[in-house]
Amino acid sequence: MLRRPATIVVIALFVLLALVPVVSEWTEVPFYTDFGRRMMILAIAALSLNLIMGYGGMISFGHAAYVGIGAYAVGICAHHGIYSGFIQWPLAVAGSAVVALIFGAISLRTRGVYFIMITLALAQMMFFLFVSLDKYGGDDGLPLVQPSEFAELIDLSDKTSLYYLVFVLLVLCFWICRRLVNSRFGMVIQGARSNEARMEALGYPTLRYRLTAFVIAGMMAGLAGALLANHTDFVNPDMMHWTRSGDLIIMVLLGGMGSLAGPIVGAVVFLALEEVLAGVTEYWMLIFGPFLVLVVLFARGGLLGFLDRRREGRDG
Amino acid sequence: MIDGSLLFEQLFNGVQYGILLFLLAAGLTLVFGIMDLMNLAHGSLYMMGAYFAAVVTRATGSFLLGIAASLPATLVLGIVIEVVVLRRLYARGHLDQVLATFGLILFFNELVRLIWGPAGIQVALPNFLNEALVMFDVPLPVYRIAIIVVGLAVALFLYLLVTKTRTGMLIRAGASNREMVGALGVDIKKVFTLVFGLGAGLAALAGVLAGPIFSVTIGMGENILIQVLVVIVIGGIGSVRGAFVAAFLIGVIDIMGRAFLDLFFQLFLPVNAAETAAPAVASMLIYILMATVLFFRPQGLFPARTG
Repeated sequence: MLRRPATIVVIALFVLLALVPVVSEWTEVPFYTDFGRRMMILAIAALSLNLIMGYGGMISFGHAAYVGIGAYAVGICAHHGIYSGFIQWPLAVAGSAVVALIFGAISLRTRGVYFIMITLALAQMMFFLFVSLDKYGGDDGLPLVQPSEFAELIDLSDKTSLYYLVFVLLVLCFWICRRLVNSRFGMVIQGARSNEARMEALGYPTLRYRLTAFVIAGMMAGLAGALLANHTDFVNPDMMHWTRSGDLIIMVLLGGMGSLAGPIVGAVVFLALEEVLAGVTEYWMLIFGPFLVLVVLFARGGLLGFLDRRREGRDG
Repeated sequence: MIDGSLLFEQLFNGVQYGILLFLLAAGLTLVFGIMDLMNLAHGSLYMMGAYFAAVVTRATGSFLLGIAASLPATLVLGIVIEVVVLRRLYARGHLDQVLATFGLILFFNELVRLIWGPAGIQVALPNFLNEALVMFDVPLPVYRIAIIVVGLAVALFLYLLVTKTRTGMLIRAGASNREMVGALGVDIKKVFTLVFGLGAGLAALAGVLAGPIFSVTIGMGENILIQVLVVIVIGGIGSVRGAFVAAFLIGVIDIMGRAFLDLFFQLFLPVNAAETAAPAVASMLIYILMATVLFFRPQGLFPARTG
C-alpha cells in the first residue's frame, strides 16, 4: 500500500496543505490560506460524492444540494440569532441527512441515466425553493453576521483557526471514507455496483445499503456546506446550482473516480486550474470546457489513475 | 375567485410553453433513444439558435430572415459537434457523456459572452405577428398562436417521419438494435448524424421561437434544459409520444401553478401564509410531479421499447 505512488501523493498533499498557513504568513499573502481552505472544503464535498459515485456507482448530479442545505442551516440559524456551532453544525448535518434520505428513497428506485436526471432535477428543485424564499434573501442569499461559535474551544473568526479546523475535518472525513470503503458495508456497496442481482441473491438488501451510503454522503456534504458558509461569511442559492454539482463530479473524475484520494487531488487541481486559467484570460472557460472534453476522451481514471494503474476502483 | 378568462389565458400560455418544451424534448429524447447519448449540450444548441436568429434579426431588421439563417446554421453546428466530439462518446458510459457535454456547455456560454457580450439581446417582432386575436374576451397574441401552430406541425411531421418513411424505419430499427442494423448494411453512423442534426434543428427552432418571448441571454439553455429533462423523464426516455404528452403536462402545470397556487392555498390557509408558500411550492411543482410519476412508474409514462 505504502509503496503506491498515489499514496505518496496523498501524504505529500496533506503535508503541503498543513503548511499552507505557515507559508501564507511568511510570504504575507493571506490569499493562500483562503484558497487552501476553499480547496479543502470542496475536497470534503468531493470525497463524499466519490463514496456513492466511485464506490457505489450512483452518479448523483445533485450533490451540491446537500452542500447548500448545510450552508443554509448555518445561515438560517445565524439569521435567527442562533450562533452556537453546537446547534448549527449538527442541524446542518441532520438537515442534509433528512433530505438525502427522501431524495435517495425516490431516486434509488431508478437506474442509469434516470438516476442522473432525477438527482439533477431534485437538486434543482431545492435551488428554486431557496431562490423563492424571500424571507431568507431569495436570489441574493444571506450574509453571515458572525461565524459559528464554539464556546471557548475555537475562534472561527480567526482565519487560521478555521483553516486548521477544516484541515482536521478533511483528514477525519478521509479516514472515515477509508474505513467505510474497506468495511463489510463498503464491500456490499461495491458488490452492488458491479452486480446488484448477485448481491441480492447473496441475501443483501442492496437498496438499504445504497440508501445508507447515499445518506452518509449527504451528511458529509452537509458538513462541507456548514464549513463553506463559515468560509465565505455568506450563503446563497448559487451554492446548490446544478453547475456546482457538475464541478464536484469533475473534481472526482479529474482526481480519479473510485480511488480514495482522487477527490482531494481533483479538488486541488480543479481550483488551481480555475485560478491559473482565470489569470490567463477573462474567458477562461473557453479553455476549460474543451479541456474537460479532452480529459473525458483521453485521460480515463483521472490523475491518480494515471499515476497508479493498480487502483482499486473501475469507472463505469 | 378565479375568473374564467384569466384561467383561459394562463391555460393558453401553458400550452404555448409546452410546445417549446416539446420542440426541445423531441430532439433530446430521439438522440437518447437511438444513440443512447445523454447530451446536456442540447440547451447550448437552443441558445446558439436563439443568438443566431437574434443577431441576424438585429442586423437585417427581419425576424423571418433571422429564422431562415438560424435553422441551417445551428443544424450545421450540431453536425460539427456530433462529428468532432459526440461520435466518440456513443460507446462510453453516461457519466462520460454528461461530463463531456457539460464541458461543451461551458465552452458555448463563454463563446457567446466573448462574441456578443454578457448582456442579453431583445428580439423585436414584425408587426403582423405583434397583434392579438380576441377569443372568449381574452386577447391572445398572434405570435404565441403561431408558436402553437408551428409546434403542432412539427409534431405531425415527426410522427409521419418516424412511422411512415424509410428514414423513420431506420431510426426505429436503430433504436431497437444498432448492431443488427449496421450488420444489414445500413450506414448507421449516417443515421446517427442525421438524427442529431434533426435534434439540433428542433432545438434551434425552439430557441428562435423563444427569443421574442424571453430575452436571448447566456445560460438561457440551462434553465429550460432542466425542465426538458423533467419532460423526457416523465414521458419515458426515448419516447417522442411520451415527450409530447409530458411537455404539455409540464408546461400547463408550471404556468398554472405560478398563476393560481396562491389563490388555491387561500382556500384553506390564511392569506399571509398562502402568499409565502405559493411561490415556493409553485417552483417545485413539476419536480414533485416527476418524483410522483417515477415513484409509480420508474421508466416514465411511455417507456420506450429499449432500455
